[in-house]
Amino acid sequence: MHPAPSVILFSVLSGLGFGMLAWLGIGKPPVTGMSAFIFFFVAYALSVGGLLSATFHLGNPKNSLKAFSQWQTSWLSREGCCAIAALTVMGIYAAGAIFLETHWMFLGAIGSILSIGTVFTTSMIYAQLKTVPRWNHWTTPLLFVALSTFGGALMTGQVIVAMYGFVAVGLIQLVAWLTSDNRFTERGSTLETATGLGSIGKVRMFEPPHTGTNYLLKEMVYVIGRKHAIKLRVIAMLLMVFIPVLMIGMGAKHDIKAVIAVLSHLVGVFASRWLFFAEAEHVVGLYYGKRG
Amino acid sequence: MTALPPISGVKLGLVIDLDTCVGCHACVISCKGWNTENYGAPLSDQDAYGENPSGTFLNRVHSYEVQPEQGAAQTIHFPKSCLHCEDAPCVTVCPTGASYKRAEDGIVLVNEDACIGCGLCAWACPYGARELDKAAGVMKKCTLCVDRIYNENLPEEDREPACVRTCPSGARHFGDLGDANSDVSKLVQERGGIDLMPELGTKPVNKYLPPRPKDTGNEIDILAPLLAPIATETSGFLGWLDRTLEKI
Repeated sequence: MHPAPSVILFSVLSGLGFGMLAWLGIGKPPVTGMSAFIFFFVAYALSVGGLLSATFHLGNPKNSLKAFSQWQTSWLSREGCCAIAALTVMGIYAAGAIFLETHWMFLGAIGSILSIGTVFTTSMIYAQLKTVPRWNHWTTPLLFVALSTFGGALMTGQVIVAMYGFVAVGLIQLVAWLTSDNRFTERGSTLETATGLGSIGKVRMFEPPHTGTNYLLKEMVYVIGRKHAIKLRVIAMLLMVFIPVLMIGMGAKHDIKAVIAVLSHLVGVFASRWLFFAEAEHVVGLYYGKRG
Repeated sequence: MTALPPISGVKLGLVIDLDTCVGCHACVISCKGWNTENYGAPLSDQDAYGENPSGTFLNRVHSYEVQPEQGAAQTIHFPKSCLHCEDAPCVTVCPTGASYKRAEDGIVLVNEDACIGCGLCAWACPYGARELDKAAGVMKKCTLCVDRIYNENLPEEDREPACVRTCPSGARHFGDLGDANSDVSKLVQERGGIDLMPELGTKPVNKYLPPRPKDTGNEIDILAPLLAPIATETSGFLGWLDRTLEKI
């Protein structure tokens, strides 16, 4: 799949922002006044900024409001509804913390659930697609939610939670990579099933339908990224998990080590998310002889 | 609404005969022509006369080579457009309700006035039947020529999809696959029509007729034994002529 920068930027930043909101909603840390303003400002900048960057991916954004209507069937619509609900509830909660120096516990708890729910709905947009076997698995929502939760923990200063959480993230990421490498083959879609000609014999592409490229090839038959996949996986794992865990282990707290932990984690998640798209194979590639 | 409607009795669709298709791409061109001038945003081209032309098409013809275990390889031309699936994943993923399946005849359409161009329906489709038009920014797909098949301003023989109307080899058939007695249903029955990627559970309405069995290439012709000389000794008039001509 084409690793669109706007979508990668959106899912990483908003994931981190909603993760922060989830922790702030349960009063961790129990900030009020000016320091609450700073925490909420960062969380909103990340989540709203991410959402806005996602609209650059749209071909026809003027109809965006209609995207809140189909929550009964569409994960993308659910994501929109959930995001607005989370931002609204947390906005009221934040106003209480900043201006009235009070924490409305019940409201905050609902906001936390909605924030994590938003990340879950984002992940299900990908996980629901049978056409992309690599994504169509329980590890996709687990990884997205874990990254958001523990990235948020790091951002809100819950360093010990973040440290153990990142170890879990590393394991989930490893399972996600290792189980997904053969899934396309395991699901059994081949050029033979795609054309129905397998009963005659082995099928190969003789002539593509067009000499140039097209939307399908650009969007769903992206093949460049896999060349450096192994190296990138190692880099992603080091930056996303190892260095932050090391920094926290060395006692990072409001110092340069904490800054290194945050930046390293962020860059690592970007690398992981880029691979998430670039490595994913869509079954339509079969028709173009580009799979297996 | 992006919820799928209850399964309708009428299932309009295409039956494509892979035995008959000659790969001329006339259906591709007639489709592009009709759908650029009629329903919805035109099918745009980018850099049409330049070095890297690309554009939006609702129907494309692939060509494959199939190698049986024995005998010669076969070249099979393979037209592909929306299969108007009964369980259409492209419909349920749409966040705006722009993508929908008609309850009355099962045609899958896009309401371009509600489409945000997110492209998720194209991701959900296994068959590459949907293309986002670069100029209009909205999703385009086969409409089964919904503006022809019910169009009373057209002569009756033209009230079928443009691709079917134009096919010079009669490889494309249009009809109601929900009616077991329709011509298309009988054709599917007789020729063992198949679904594409049945393992994904989309239940396509369109069916493909596999090529009929070919000869194995071991015999030149079934008439070959009859071509062997039947008389080594000539007699009668031809015998006399043969002998006489030998002597000259």
